[in-house]
Amino acid sequence: MTLLGVQNLSAFYGDFQALFDVSLGVTEGQTVAVIGANGAGKTTFLRAVAGALPVARGAVTLAGRAVGGEPAHALVEQGIVLVPEGRKIFASLSVEENLQVGAYRKRRGPWTVERVYRLFPALAARRHQPGTNLSGGEQQMLAIGRGLMANPRLLLVDEISLGLAPVVVKALYDVLASVKHEGTTLIVVEQDVSQVLAVAEHVYCFRKGAVALEGEPARLTREQISAAYFGA
Amino acid sequence: MVWVDAAVQGVLLGGLYALFATGLSLIFGVMRLVNLAHGDFSILAAFVAVVTVQTLDVNPLTALVVVVPIMGTVGYGLQRLALNRLLGRGILPAVLVTFGLSIVIQNGLLEIFSADSRRLNPGGIETASVPLGGGLAVGAFPLLTFALAVVLLIALQLVIGRSPIGRAFRAASDDGATAALMGIDTGRLYGLAMALSLAIVAVAGVVLGIRTTFTFSSGPDRLLFAFEAVIIGGLGSLWGTLAGGVILGVAQTVGARLSPGWGVLTGHLVFLAVLLLRPSGLFARSRRVD
Repeated sequence: MTLLGVQNLSAFYGDFQALFDVSLGVTEGQTVAVIGANGAGKTTFLRAVAGALPVARGAVTLAGRAVGGEPAHALVEQGIVLVPEGRKIFASLSVEENLQVGAYRKRRGPWTVERVYRLFPALAARRHQPGTNLSGGEQQMLAIGRGLMANPRLLLVDEISLGLAPVVVKALYDVLASVKHEGTTLIVVEQDVSQVLAVAEHVYCFRKGAVALEGEPARLTREQISAAYFGA
Repeated sequence: MVWVDAAVQGVLLGGLYALFATGLSLIFGVMRLVNLAHGDFSILAAFVAVVTVQTLDVNPLTALVVVVPIMGTVGYGLQRLALNRLLGRGILPAVLVTFGLSIVIQNGLLEIFSADSRRLNPGGIETASVPLGGGLAVGAFPLLTFALAVVLLIALQLVIGRSPIGRAFRAASDDGATAALMGIDTGRLYGLAMALSLAIVAVAGVVLGIRTTFTFSSGPDRLLFAFEAVIIGGLGSLWGTLAGGVILGVAQTVGARLSPGWGVLTGHLVFLAVLLLRPSGLFARSRRVD
């Protein structure tokens, strides 16, 4: 079943158009990678789907229902959850409170504070510290854990590996594999192509606000990807 | 003994100032909104209490059961219909709109209730006193006011520190856009914060109306004292707000003991001294500045 449908999605920052008629579909349970260079529109795409940017009503459908233009908080209620770029951990909240605030909508599902701690034992040890006292990698774990606390149907993860050590990135991708195992649909935005292509079943390469290439990672050649990524 | 007495009276007066300041501090903390009509809302609440007392023939303290929900509803409506539209555009639009609101409220009250000064009569408790021994006595009502302030602050501290809505307040205070990504409807949340703010200042207004006479134009003075209490205590700290109220109250009563005309002036001087020496306040919660 198509969980997320995107039809002719355009998005603007003021007069600047950042996305041009993007159309794609994501099947329930799938993991999809969105790759592309800086400024290709990847983050804008996630923000538009998550309701953080105004878009046309019909441009986004969730399980067949048009949800485009609904505010972010209403989309969280329906299961679309964004783990934002830069982690955006709440400084006034402890690690545990950051997780709890993720569950603000009380959606039913498998994720609880205890389960997130099992996934990320490093967080459990520091549960009472301010969230922003954590290292970059731990903050990314916290941001993902906070997103999971909403029990999403569709989890959007922006720039998961930005600024993190390779060993941490590998650990985070292992976690995404177990999240996928729960049946959660994932869209992961990355600049680091090799990691994400190993877990994704489908990849979209963005360039200049539009989809330049798409397909199953196994069927795409390195040359095709690099041509789409940088422009031929 | 005269000075001990002045200090004790000042501490109790500080409880009232804390009641005025808490709501102001709360909404600035949650949504960076400066409400210049805050004092006028307290006076509005006092007039609502006057009407309630007359209509229902009840004690003004009982009238709080009516006044507090009314003011809370006014706060929620005001925030959702008007003030939410001003957020995210810097501090100035809200300052201008609430300044205008202050004028509207004062003139509305003048129109309806005339310029006569009013007082709320709780039937005896305002003149009762409690002996402390050694020739000292404190008014029963100031003592009650102080206790009310402490109880309200403890309750508010528990709500903000422990409850889901309190976590949402703090998250939205850190970063409203990211709070929305957690499923928090920030427009509604800000409405609730303003409702809470005006509910608390309604209590302050009724207490003020029992302590002293008030007119349609008594609001701005209250706003000034509330600001001073918040700034002396430091933003973002509820106990700091109580401490700020107490310091301001003690400064005023001790100053008035030095010379009857010096009370308010001494309060302002202490405020200025704190602003000079510790601009972030005496008990500011340390915060990372991004």
